[in-house]
Amino acid sequence: MTKNNQKDKNRVLMVGNHIIGQAAIEAGCKFYAGYPITPQNELTAYMADNMPEAGGVFIQAESELAAISMIFGASVIGERVMTSSSSPGISLKQEGISYLAACKLPAVIVNMQRGGPGLGNISPAQSDYFQATKGGGHGDYHTVVLAPNGSQELFDLTYLAFDLADIYRTPVLVLGDGVLGQMAEPVTLKPSFKHEKTKVDKSWALAQTKNKEPKVVKSLFLEYGALENLNKELKKTYDIIESNEVRAETFYIDDCEIILVAFGATSRICKKVMMTLRNEGLKIGMIRPITLWPFPKKIISDAAHKKVKFLVVEMNMGQMVEDVRMAVFGKSEVHFYGRTAGIIPSEKEIIKKIRSLS
Amino acid sequence: MYKEIICSGFGGQGIMVMGKLIANAAMKENKEVTWMPSYGAEVRGGTAHSKIIVSDKPVASGLFYEPQDCIVMNRPSFIKFEHVIKKNGLMIINSSLVSDKTDRDDLKIVRIPATEKAKELGNIKVANMVALGAYQRITNLVKLESIIAILKDVFPPYRHIMLDINKQALHEGVKLADEYKS
Repeated sequence: MTKNNQKDKNRVLMVGNHIIGQAAIEAGCKFYAGYPITPQNELTAYMADNMPEAGGVFIQAESELAAISMIFGASVIGERVMTSSSSPGISLKQEGISYLAACKLPAVIVNMQRGGPGLGNISPAQSDYFQATKGGGHGDYHTVVLAPNGSQELFDLTYLAFDLADIYRTPVLVLGDGVLGQMAEPVTLKPSFKHEKTKVDKSWALAQTKNKEPKVVKSLFLEYGALENLNKELKKTYDIIESNEVRAETFYIDDCEIILVAFGATSRICKKVMMTLRNEGLKIGMIRPITLWPFPKKIISDAAHKKVKFLVVEMNMGQMVEDVRMAVFGKSEVHFYGRTAGIIPSEKEIIKKIRSLS
Repeated sequence: MYKEIICSGFGGQGIMVMGKLIANAAMKENKEVTWMPSYGAEVRGGTAHSKIIVSDKPVASGLFYEPQDCIVMNRPSFIKFEHVIKKNGLMIINSSLVSDKTDRDDLKIVRIPATEKAKELGNIKVANMVALGAYQRITNLVKLESIIAILKDVFPPYRHIMLDINKQALHEGVKLADEYKS
């Protein structure tokens, strides 16, 4: 009880977009560039308000392409950098993200998703799952994709994103949505996980080069085999990330007949559904991927067997469900329920779908 | 305890602030809360609402469509939410702008002339506080002192000259709720 009260005293009520901004500042982000787009404008505004005081630089860029290129420039000299946008803006940034991956430059990119394709609408969606997890831009690369589902995780995972970016020299995507960006919940503005200051070697950075060996950061490799070597090196890093950084939350997976799989805002709705139905005696469990890449394949694969059915719930027409099917590999039935284009699936709809399965 | 509340009205009536005050006050009282604004291509004068959950336990999802309590500050909000409020729920109506009768006989209805009272106090903008004061009195969901204590955190510093009239409006709302009851 005392512990609870202590925690409560330090909590503040903040909208998700502000939480991400504060987490970035706490994590030592020194350069932010962005261009306005709903529903992530509060994040850009927060950085404009707070970066100068935190000893960092805020630039409202003239376009998304400029913003991603600016953080590329600041990352090259070894600073912690971030940009943010929402779906159509993230599409514009893909060229830069591919270049960051090729140059092995750490960067944090936040996507508070909205309805698409095209200019779409400004309501919450999860329809950038493919784009986020399968590369997004051109070329043989991955970005780490973190999918928070609430206030403390928005803080923790943004904070963690900077560490992962530095450790693995890779762009890291924080994939949220309109709900998470706009909703306010209590948060403690400190990482809730055990955190040791990561000391990362940044001798590759193009800084303090005077009278020293020239250094090169580039993504153009025309010599025979050079690009393949780079891609093999990247693959090695991705393999390490896949074995070290998978994160997921599971509920009742050893005691259930239906396993819900959902991430982000949708996972909150599914959790409520699970609790409601378990109270009625229905055996519902849940797997919530926290890292969408690396995807928690093994956790899903291990939970799959003949007597359990999977129901994947997303705010899209069926994207993560493909990865779930691949992990399940025919061991269980896999079903899908989704609403798209800015419409959020309701508990009632999900419950109806579950009842149709059992 | 688990309560879902919608505050609704038109843009400019301080609908978001009402919700933030409830959520912040409840958080200070060690409750779990969520606050979710309606957002879209909103304009001043358009309809707006904020959704608040106050609970003893962690809130699974901040999204809901059928509130237990609803504060309606204008007529479009009355029409929008009248039929989605949960059975035996509470509706606080700004009777200065809404004279409609409801066909729901299960609801507890409290009519508060919030806009008129705010005009009397000298600033029409504090109608939200009058309604919030009434809501506090009727539900006792959060303490009035908790709301008053967090006004200065929720309002930006350049609005702090308005703190007194907001407090006054809250107290007037409490009084109006008492008068309505009797």
